[in-house]
Order: sequence, then structure tokens, then C-alpha cells
Amino acid sequence: MKVIQVDRFISDANDKDAAKLREDLKAKGVLFLNLMSSPGSGKTTFLSRTLQDLKDLRLAVMEADIASTVDAERIAALGARSIQVHTGGMCHMDAGMTGAALETLGTDELDVIFLENVGNLICPAEFDTGAHKNVMILSVPEGDDKPLKYPLMFQQSDVLIVSKIDALPYFNFDLDKCRERALRLNPDIRIFPVSAKTGEGMEEWENWLREAREKNTSSVTAAP
Amino acid sequence: MHEMGIVLHLAKTLDETAEEENLTKIGSVTLQVGEVSGIMTDLFTDCWNYFRGRHKALTECELILETIPAVTYCEGCGKTYPTVPQGRQCPHCGSWETWLKQGNECIIKEIEAE
Repeated sequence: MKVIQVDRFISDANDKDAAKLREDLKAKGVLFLNLMSSPGSGKTTFLSRTLQDLKDLRLAVMEADIASTVDAERIAALGARSIQVHTGGMCHMDAGMTGAALETLGTDELDVIFLENVGNLICPAEFDTGAHKNVMILSVPEGDDKPLKYPLMFQQSDVLIVSKIDALPYFNFDLDKCRERALRLNPDIRIFPVSAKTGEGMEEWENWLREAREKNTSSVTAAP
Repeated sequence: MHEMGIVLHLAKTLDETAEEENLTKIGSVTLQVGEVSGIMTDLFTDCWNYFRGRHKALTECELILETIPAVTYCEGCGKTYPTVPQGRQCPHCGSWETWLKQGNECIIKEIEAE
């Protein structure tokens, strides 16, 4: 046997797949967003509201969970194209999985595809899914200390949605502290405090989304 | 199941390397694993041993792990310090303007193959 110097990151093959997905989708004018958060942060409610507000855009959702089809059913009930992915017990999605799911979902005649990643603030941040932008949600009941505990998630995200702000009066959640902690980890992160229930703050987020989509069809975007 | 996912990533990258280099059998793989990469090395080895028996070309492939210590660099004073006992705040000058210099990587250093 001979010794061969490899010097490749373990995730090299995945990163290549992810870069290809990103290029292919961009060429078709489709923006692919990877939505990450803890379980129960309100990802599906937030997405439902976004889908209802942006009726002029053609939106689709890829739901990734360990089990059940409840999320995909909620999205399908709104009339959006959706697909449920079961990760087979895996705690995150990777480019191979999103690639296969995109093939089944179909990417024609779409403007934006959301990946609702497995509920988890840890390893979804470590694997490139092929998304153009990473969006994370932190809900008010989870606490303003989360940037301190899960730094990588905040570093890898382009957008931080602080959800359930209608619950702010009932929790000791300091929005300024949260903002300061997130910006310390990632000075470029865009922060949108929202309530999907009352609609507060949704417009700012939706404007960002429209802009990101327009930019994605006209210029090169950075890998997450 | 986190470690199993990483094993699958490793296998995929090794498959690619085997194809590029025309290899039929890999006898060992040496990985450099950062101290703060989030990989539990004992669990990772268990997953590897389970997986390799089910994958052509890797059945006899031994896993050799080397640790890369985590080191943080401070923008405030220009010094470095070990990440694990200290965290993000520089122990020399108290600055928070610090970044991880090394220690979160997972690199395939070399393989023995034919």
C-alpha cells in the first residue's frame, strides 16, 4: 500500500454538491433559503405568515423532520408546493439530501424555496445545504442568552428573526442585549424582530426577502 | 446520529479521492480533528467501525485520529491563547475581539491505499 496525502476537509464532497446546487438554482432564478432554529420557535407559523403575505411570489417549502408530516400538511393547506423530508434520525440536512428533495419537489416556475431544517441550534449550522442564505429564528421564550450558547449558528446566519415578540411582556427577554450578543459574533447579521401572530415586523423581513431574491438573479452571492 | 452523518461525509469524500486516484482499497485514513469541532471521537470511531463493513473499498480501513488543539487569536493585544479553558474573552487583555485561529476543522490528512 502507498501513502497518499489528501489534505481535504471531510465535508469536501458535500461542499461541492452544495456549490453546484446553489449555482443551478441561481441560474434558474430561484432563491433557496435555509431556515434553522430550535424546535418550537415558530418556524412553521412564521413561514405560513410569510407565504400568505407574499402571494405574488411563487414559494415552495421543504420540510425536514425526523418523523411526521404535520409541518408539510400545514404548508400544503395554504396552497404552497411542499415536500416532507425524513432524515432517518439524522440531526441535520446536507446537500445530498436537499438535492434529492429538490429533484422530487421540482424547481421550475418557482421564485423562492425555503428549507425548514431539523429543529436544532447546533449541527445544522455545520453543513452546507446548498442554500443561498441562512436564516435563523430565535423565539422570545428561549431567552436572550442563546448567542452565547450557540455561537456557530449566529455566525453562519445572514438573518436573525427574533420571533414571538408579542410575548415580550411575559418574559425577561432583553432585545437590546440579544442584538448586541448576536452582532458581536456576526457584525453583518440582519436582525428582524417579528410576531407572526400579530404581523408586527413581518414587512421588514419580507422586504429583505424580496431584495435577496432580486439580487440572487442578478449577481453572485456568497456561500454560507 | 450526528457522528454517523459525519462518517457519511467522510466516506463520500474518500470515494471521490479513490476514483480520482484509481484506488480499489483503502487500508487506513488519518484524520485531523479540531478540539472544538464538536466531534466526539469515541462515538465517531464506533460509527466508523459499524459503517466500514458495509462499504466497498473501506471494509478494512482503519481510522487514525489526531487532535488539533483549539487556539484563539486576540485582535486587542495580538496574542494567542488556548480556547478551551478560556472561551471568547482574551485572558491577556480582556478583549472580546477574538477569533478562532484553529481547532474547529476536520481534515483528511492522508490515506494508505492501493
